[in-house]
Amino acid sequence: MLEIKNLHVSVGDKPILKGLTLSIQPGQVHAIMGPNGSGKSTLSYVLAGRAGYDITEGSITYNGEDLTALAPEERAAKGVFLAMQYPVEIPGVTTMTFLKTALNSQRRARGESDLDAIGVLKLVRAKAKTLNVSEEMLKRALNVGFSGGEKKRLEILQMAIFEPKLAILDETDSGLDIDALRLVAEGVNTLRDPARAMLVITHYQRLLDYIVPDRIHVLARGRIVAEGGKELALELEARGYEHILKDVA
Amino acid sequence: MSIAAETKQQVADIGDKYKYGFVTDIEMERAPKGLSEDTVRYISAKKSEPAWMLEWRLGAFKRWGAMREPTWARVHYPKIDYQAAYYYAAPKNTPLKQSLDEVDPKLLETYKKLGIPLHEQMALAGVAVDAVFDSVSVATTFKDKLNEAGVIFCPISEAIRDYPELVKKYLGSVVPVTDNFFATLNAAVFSDGTFVYVPKGVRCPMELSTYFRINASETGQFERTLIIADEGSYVSYLEGCTAPKRDENQLHAAVVELVALDNAEIKYSTVQNWYPGDENGLGGIFNFVTKRGDCRGRKSKISWTQVETGSAITWKYPSCILRGDDSVGEFYSIAIANHFQQADTGTKMIHIGANTKSRIISKGISAGKAQNTYRGLVSVYGKAKNARNYTQCDSLLIGGDCGAHTVPYIESRNPTARIEHEATTSKIAEDQLFYCLARGIPQDEAVSLIVNGFCKEVLQQLPMEFAVEAQKLVGISLEGSVG
Repeated sequence: MLEIKNLHVSVGDKPILKGLTLSIQPGQVHAIMGPNGSGKSTLSYVLAGRAGYDITEGSITYNGEDLTALAPEERAAKGVFLAMQYPVEIPGVTTMTFLKTALNSQRRARGESDLDAIGVLKLVRAKAKTLNVSEEMLKRALNVGFSGGEKKRLEILQMAIFEPKLAILDETDSGLDIDALRLVAEGVNTLRDPARAMLVITHYQRLLDYIVPDRIHVLARGRIVAEGGKELALELEARGYEHILKDVA
Repeated sequence: MSIAAETKQQVADIGDKYKYGFVTDIEMERAPKGLSEDTVRYISAKKSEPAWMLEWRLGAFKRWGAMREPTWARVHYPKIDYQAAYYYAAPKNTPLKQSLDEVDPKLLETYKKLGIPLHEQMALAGVAVDAVFDSVSVATTFKDKLNEAGVIFCPISEAIRDYPELVKKYLGSVVPVTDNFFATLNAAVFSDGTFVYVPKGVRCPMELSTYFRINASETGQFERTLIIADEGSYVSYLEGCTAPKRDENQLHAAVVELVALDNAEIKYSTVQNWYPGDENGLGGIFNFVTKRGDCRGRKSKISWTQVETGSAITWKYPSCILRGDDSVGEFYSIAIANHFQQADTGTKMIHIGANTKSRIISKGISAGKAQNTYRGLVSVYGKAKNARNYTQCDSLLIGGDCGAHTVPYIESRNPTARIEHEATTSKIAEDQLFYCLARGIPQDEAVSLIVNGFCKEVLQQLPMEFAVEAQKLVGISLEGSVG
C-alpha cells in the first residue's frame, strides 16, 4: 500500500531524512520509534503533504500512485490521514461544522454526493459514543480550550469518521495520562482492519503496549537503523536509543 | 451543503471575479456634468420638490463651497474632480410604478442577476424591497401590508412630498447639513433614498430592505436615508449594495440618519459589496458615508451591523448618540480589504444620558496589499452617570503585504463610567491551513471557514436570510488570497 524508497527530505537547506526506505501492506500496523530530532515528525508531514518539506531524492508510492504529486487535500480524499501531534485550534468554527465540511470535501473529491446535516450528525454521534466524545465537545469551537486528552480523542474520532486507508499517528500518546492513553489506544484498535494500514510514530514504548504493532522501525539521523518485531520496543525501552545507535554506528 | 462548500460553488459559478460587473443598457436621463447651483436646482426640479427643500439644498451647497475635503483618514486616493462627475442619472420615463409588472423588464433582469428577484422575494422572504436603481426608486413592494401596520416605507423623494412635516422635523436633525464635507455634499445633491416611519408601539411586521446599485458610468450616488422609530416601536432594516465594474473610480457619498424615541429600537444592517477595483487597484467605488443614529428617547436602542467587503476606499463610521437615559448603542462590524482596497471604518459612541451602554465588536480582515483601519471614539459626557462601554477589536492578517491598524479614542468626563477595550491581531496560521488541507478541505474553502469562524460574533447579528449571503461574500472576497 505504501512504498517509500530512499527518501531524502530537506527543510530549508537542512537535510532531515537521508535515505529512508519503508514498506507497509494493508492490514498491517507499523511503528516508527526514534529519539527526538530523528525526523519522525518530518516523515509524517511529508506523507500528508505539508508545504516546506522538500523531497530532494527518492519516491513515495501509495496504492501504485506517486503520492508526492498530490496536494494534501487530494491525499486526504484518497484515504491518507494524519492524526497530528499538536491539533490546531480554529476559533469560531464548531467541531461539528468542521467535521461536516471536511467529510463532504473528501466525498466531493471522490465524486460522491454530500451527506446532509442529519446524516453527518448520525454518523458523528455513533462514532463519538465509543470514543467518549460528548455532544458538548462537538458544539465547541474546534480544539479551542480542549484538554490534551480531548484533542487526541478528537483526532481519533476523525479517523473513525473518515475511514482512511492509511492512518499515520504522530505522537498520539504525547501529553496523555494513562487513562486517556488507554481510551485512545482502544479507539485505534477498533479501527484495525484488513484493508487499512497504520503507521504509529512514537518516542516511547508505552503506547505500543496498547497498540501492538506488526513491525517496528527505528529511525535515527534520518534513516531506518534497525527493524524488528514487537519485542524490539521492549529492548529499546530497556537499553535506550543510545545503545542501538552505537551498534549501528 | 456546508457554508464553505456553498461559497466554493458560488465562486465556481462566477467565473469572472466580480459577479456584479455587468452594465444594464437602459436609456438614462442626466443632469449636466459638474456641480453648480444649477445642478442643485435641476435635481430639485426633477424631483418636483417643494421650495423649502430647494432652499435646504442650496444652503448646503453654499456651505459646501467653503469646506475642505478631510484628510485625517488612513486612505490615499487621487484628488476627486467634483466637476467631472454627473450628479443625477435616472432611467428615462419612469413615473412611479403601481406594480412590478410596469417595471422595465431589463431592469428586473438586472435585479435577477443581483440575486434579488423581486417577485421571489415578495413570495418567499417576506422582505419589502425599495429598489433604488441609480437615483430613482422604481418599485416598492409590500406597501399594503406595511400600510396596514401604519408603517411608512417609501422613497425619500415621495416622503418629501407626502409627509413634509415628518421630513422637516427630522431631516438633518442627526447629521446636520454642515456635519462634514461629504455629508454636506450629499445634502446639496442627494438624488433619492429611503424614508421609514414606524408609528408608536408598532413592531414592523417584516424586515425592510433596500438594494442600492450604481449603474450609469461616472455617476456618483448620493442617497439619503431617514428612519424614525416612534415610541415603543421596532424596526429592522437591511441595506445591500452592489455596483458594476468600471475602470474609473466612482464616488458614493450617502447619509443615513436614524432616530429612536422612547423605548424604540432600530436594527440597521448593511452588506456592502460595491465594486472594489481589480487586482491591480484600478477602478472601484470611493465610499464616503456618514451614518448616525440618535437614541433620542429613554431606553431606546440602535444597533448597527455591517459587513463591508467592497469599495476601493471605505470611509465610514456608523455612530450612536446615546442621548436618552438608559439607551443602548451597538456596533458590529466585519471589514474585509483585499488586493489594493483601503478601509478606514469604525464607530462613535457618544454617551450623553445616564446609564447608557454601548458595545463595539469589530472584526477587520486584511489580505493582499490592503490596508484596514479601525477608528473609533467612545466619549462619556459629564452627565452620563454609570455609562458603560465594551469594545473588542480583532484584526486578522492574511499574507505579509497587508496592514491592520487600530485607532481607538476614549474620552471620559464622568468618574463613574466604565470603559473596556480589548484588541487582538492575528494571522491565519500556516498550521491552521495545513490542518484543514490535511482533512481534505481545499484552500479557498479553508480560508473561508477560518475567516467565517473569526467573524462569527458579528455574522450572528445579521437577520437569518442575509447571514447566509454574508458568509458567502466573506469567502468570495478572499478567494485566492492565500497563494
